[in-house]
Amino acid sequence: MVGSFTCSACDTPLQTGPADINPTGAESSAPLQLQRSGANATLLLQGEWVAARAAQISAALAAADLGGVTHLTLDAQAAQPLDLAGGWLLHHYLQSPACAGLRLDFAGEVPDSLRVVRQTLAESTPHDVEDKHGDDPNPVAIIGKRALVRLQALREGLAFVGQVAVTLARACRSLRRLRVTSIVRHVWDTGITAVPIVSLIAFLISVIIAYLSASQLRDFGADIFVVDLITVGVLRELGVLLTAIIVAGRSGSAFAAEIGAMKLNEEVDALDAAGVDATETLILPRIIGLTIALPLLTFIADMVGLAGGALLCHELLDMPLQQFINRSAGAIAHTTFWVGIWKAPVFAILIALSGCYRGLQVRGSSRDLGRLTTSAVVQSIFLVLLADALFAILFMEIDV
Amino acid sequence: MARNLIELHGITNRFGTQTVHEGLDMEVQEGEVFGIVGGSGSGKSVLLRTILGLRRPQAGRVLLEGQDITQMQPEPLRAAKARYGVTFQHGALFSSLTVRENIQLPMIEHLALPPDVLEGLALLKLRLVGLPESALHKYPSQLSGGMVKRAALARALALDPKLLFLDEPTSGLDPISAAAFDDLIAYLQHELSLTVVMITHDLDSIFRTCNRVGVIVDRGMVSADLQHIVDHPHPWIHSYFHGVRASRYLPTTGASHGA
Repeated sequence: MVGSFTCSACDTPLQTGPADINPTGAESSAPLQLQRSGANATLLLQGEWVAARAAQISAALAAADLGGVTHLTLDAQAAQPLDLAGGWLLHHYLQSPACAGLRLDFAGEVPDSLRVVRQTLAESTPHDVEDKHGDDPNPVAIIGKRALVRLQALREGLAFVGQVAVTLARACRSLRRLRVTSIVRHVWDTGITAVPIVSLIAFLISVIIAYLSASQLRDFGADIFVVDLITVGVLRELGVLLTAIIVAGRSGSAFAAEIGAMKLNEEVDALDAAGVDATETLILPRIIGLTIALPLLTFIADMVGLAGGALLCHELLDMPLQQFINRSAGAIAHTTFWVGIWKAPVFAILIALSGCYRGLQVRGSSRDLGRLTTSAVVQSIFLVLLADALFAILFMEIDV
Repeated sequence: MARNLIELHGITNRFGTQTVHEGLDMEVQEGEVFGIVGGSGSGKSVLLRTILGLRRPQAGRVLLEGQDITQMQPEPLRAAKARYGVTFQHGALFSSLTVRENIQLPMIEHLALPPDVLEGLALLKLRLVGLPESALHKYPSQLSGGMVKRAALARALALDPKLLFLDEPTSGLDPISAAAFDDLIAYLQHELSLTVVMITHDLDSIFRTCNRVGVIVDRGMVSADLQHIVDHPHPWIHSYFHGVRASRYLPTTGASHGA
């Protein structure tokens, strides 16, 4: 490309010969050549001065030895293209200590991009004084701050529950405010469309209990108790618990994501601004819808679980259907079924509340949305299990 | 003689039974600011998406610097996309990244740059679009509408493109900010010798920045120099440039201009 001895554009005499900073040859690809004669030097830029070659250019600039030079001539006419990134690299170099105190000349025009970079960086921009307060290094202070944040979060959560309760009480006075259409939609979304997966999982659960208990109880000749285990296990605990966990994964996340996306899109603010209560329109229907749907799903899960149990007892233990029915009727108290079903609305409220609450906390970024959706699911499953444990203790104490 | 940087030949875009463009031709010359104008629903954004290679037209060819992007393989197409900058109507800044990270993202993806160069270039691009240094560490949700537009422009300029696409750059800005933004575009276009294609509704923008204007009417495009397009006889174009809002830009001598 540019022969180092035949540079006619340079106005500095070349008697001493060019001191190519890249002596290994390949000068055609080197981004620059430094030609020195005593205290004068010419920096000859060549090739592409673009961002893609920034690493190469920086290295070449750093390697250029300007020791003893007082007058530097810059010749950028052979550098094509010389874009903003190239201009910035040049500017950065000329500002660096290596070039401090040098007299600088340009062969030909000052390159456009260098001029733009200089102009841009020279302009004073409004500096808003916004000192970053570093985190307080005092560990006690950190613990205190964290505790305060947690406390604040707890208060906000409680305030949310309170607000929902108040809104519910107000909405119950008129049918129009209950938004039946919306509730029906949520029953459909969270309930009806979940029937296949809930049924499948209920069936699989009874398969698991049946196999597990059959293999254990057979040693004692107590095969018949498999029926008791399936019936009580499914009706009292597993039917409702697994349904709640599936629904937390399906609908808790959906609530958080829907409401969160509406927050990001300022739709929640738009509702508010229109004088429409967002709690009443967005959150109540979800809570009520899920509270209706989850007991129904639990009922379906119970039935499918029992049917699966009957089928497996027939296959595994050669037990006739009639015997299964008789045995299971004997195994359960009249409260067993209702204990399971009554837990469902409580779980539904917990799931819907945490889903909606996390959705409303989304602010500003899509990353928030993902984080809070995750946290909605984890939190609702945790709350469901916690509540179930409390129910187990409670029912034990009151002896049902 | 300026060469054509963009050429569209016989573009047809259809959604189901609805035809948005049919046999649309368009040319953009190097170094000009080309404005795309059209009524709501006339397919301005669809056209932009077609040019950007985000949408494959049912028929026609899209030539960017002579290469037909509708026929390109994914890998060269990605490389071609790195050569032009785009801003979207609502900024489309990545909401989970700071302004600095937004500007650096194309550089990190397409170039291997040392960290200090990356920092310096991000700051340069930020200053170039007239944002204060303190904006670097802010998230898009903390910026005002005008700042979002500027930050989006800084991101579009990250790779020093020669070709810039702007989708309604001044929509949603107050007249003063919009005028400042128009000036910024004109300044950058001149200093960086950019070719700019912009979709706009803003008559101020058109008269301040554009050299040529293409109007989407009847599923095709009518384009001409700014001085000539205003006298085009097509009724929609006529009412666009001779409506109440446009009257202050035109000499009042024309017979077309009533009262």
